[in-house]
Amino acid sequence: MTQQASQGDPAETGPRPIVPYLRLPDENGGDAYLVGKKCPECGAIYLDSRIGCAKCSFVGDLPEVRLGTEGSLHTWTIVHMSRPGVPVPFVAGIVDMKDGISVPANIEGVEPDPAKLKFGMPLRLVTDKAFTDAQGRDVIRYAFRPAG
Amino acid sequence: MQEVAIVGAAMVPFGRYPDQEAYQLGARAALDAMKDAGVGLNDIQIMSCGQLMATSGAGQRVLQQIGQTGIPVVNTANACATGSTALREGFMSIAAGMHDIALVVGQERMGTGLTYAGDESEGYVGSGTMPAVFAMAGMEHTSKYGTTIEQFAKVAVKAKKHAAGNPYAKYRDPVTLEEVLNSRMISYPNTQFMCCPNTDGAAALVLMSMEKARQYTTKPVRIAASVLTSDPWTERDLILVDVNTLTRNAAKEAYERAGIGPQDLSLVELHDCFATAELLHYDNLGLCGEGEAGRLIDDGETTIGGRIPVNASGGLLSKGHPLGATGVANVVEITWHLRGQAGARQVENAKVGLAHVIGIGSACTVHIMTN
Repeated sequence: MTQQASQGDPAETGPRPIVPYLRLPDENGGDAYLVGKKCPECGAIYLDSRIGCAKCSFVGDLPEVRLGTEGSLHTWTIVHMSRPGVPVPFVAGIVDMKDGISVPANIEGVEPDPAKLKFGMPLRLVTDKAFTDAQGRDVIRYAFRPAG
Repeated sequence: MQEVAIVGAAMVPFGRYPDQEAYQLGARAALDAMKDAGVGLNDIQIMSCGQLMATSGAGQRVLQQIGQTGIPVVNTANACATGSTALREGFMSIAAGMHDIALVVGQERMGTGLTYAGDESEGYVGSGTMPAVFAMAGMEHTSKYGTTIEQFAKVAVKAKKHAAGNPYAKYRDPVTLEEVLNSRMISYPNTQFMCCPNTDGAAALVLMSMEKARQYTTKPVRIAASVLTSDPWTERDLILVDVNTLTRNAAKEAYERAGIGPQDLSLVELHDCFATAELLHYDNLGLCGEGEAGRLIDDGETTIGGRIPVNASGGLLSKGHPLGATGVANVVEITWHLRGQAGARQVENAKVGLAHVIGIGSACTVHIMTN
């Protein structure tokens, strides 16, 4: 298991994930993947750390589950104004994962053109380098591209 | 419960006040509202004050400007519903019989540029800017019902048309559909004219028990319902804020408490932080059938003179959105219409008005007023 995102820790070197729920390949290789916390009572999945379930009020440990790589485009926008320094325009979307959770993501491999974006279009998870941080570490993000 | 009436209403024009503090704007609105009600600070028994970006004691600072009488002061912070949550505090204190006269103030000074939940993932893992969030919420409506960018853009055209008659709005110049569509794209489908601008402002209300109100005025405006909801768990709420469900819940409860339905409304001031949001709330507040919001704007039914005028003030798209002031100001606007004091933008024969605010995170208020 790789490290959680630890922004700016001078003791750390090498790539780090941009969000804590993205896990990068470890020394044994493999693919990057997303993780969620799954309620043992109702099955709701969350991306954040928590002590209980917002859906069913279960309180206790929500075990971590590895999420799949397939999803579909629930909704989207084409962003022309973002945080200073972020390249625009880009497509931002909400992706419904087959696991039953939705995640925010940039949609890559599609022109930022309303005519090219289809609700429900099948997508697959990819990872790439977002930027290099002030400590010189590569910051890795996930995104989605059209499947197939 | 005691019946609660609005007896005083005032606001400072929304705009830019670089030389004044938010609590000074709030103090001016408070003085004007008390003058409107015919009361002085010594008559006020409790004060509630909404200012989201305040260090502490927002309401106390208002009193420190105009008179420290030692009354209880409650300060609220509830995202964009901060001011309307302060109103609900004043409402409850009178409804409960604890007090007879309450002062409610909402105030804010805003910065510049985008409002966004900014961390390093912004723009690399989707976008959390407010224009983007409300764009994606609008595109859900497009996905379900085929709502078009032109229909969303017509909201901004209507807003500016209404604002021409409102001296309290900052942006009052008319715009055409082409100008809205061709203004700078911020986050599709929201162009610059479809995003509320940053402004400073304040608004205030004097509330009384109905019994007390009749000593001061022959035209009290009754608060028939004051409802606050938060976001219940829904499928994607924690990923893409669900602005719909808690609005529907608040509207349903407010209609039940007031004993009326959406067909009884004379006018609505709703939370048009972005043009996309306004159309969502036509459906959410029951102003039209499910999914018919696009048709409602196309048919001009929400323009003054139409079946159910929405945002006769020009809305947040024209007034701007000083966070703490917004939820008080839209009730001030309804009050003026119900009294027949809204000037060039007056909705004829207004009898029942609804004011709606939603704050991300999430808090929603719905107030229904009658004359």
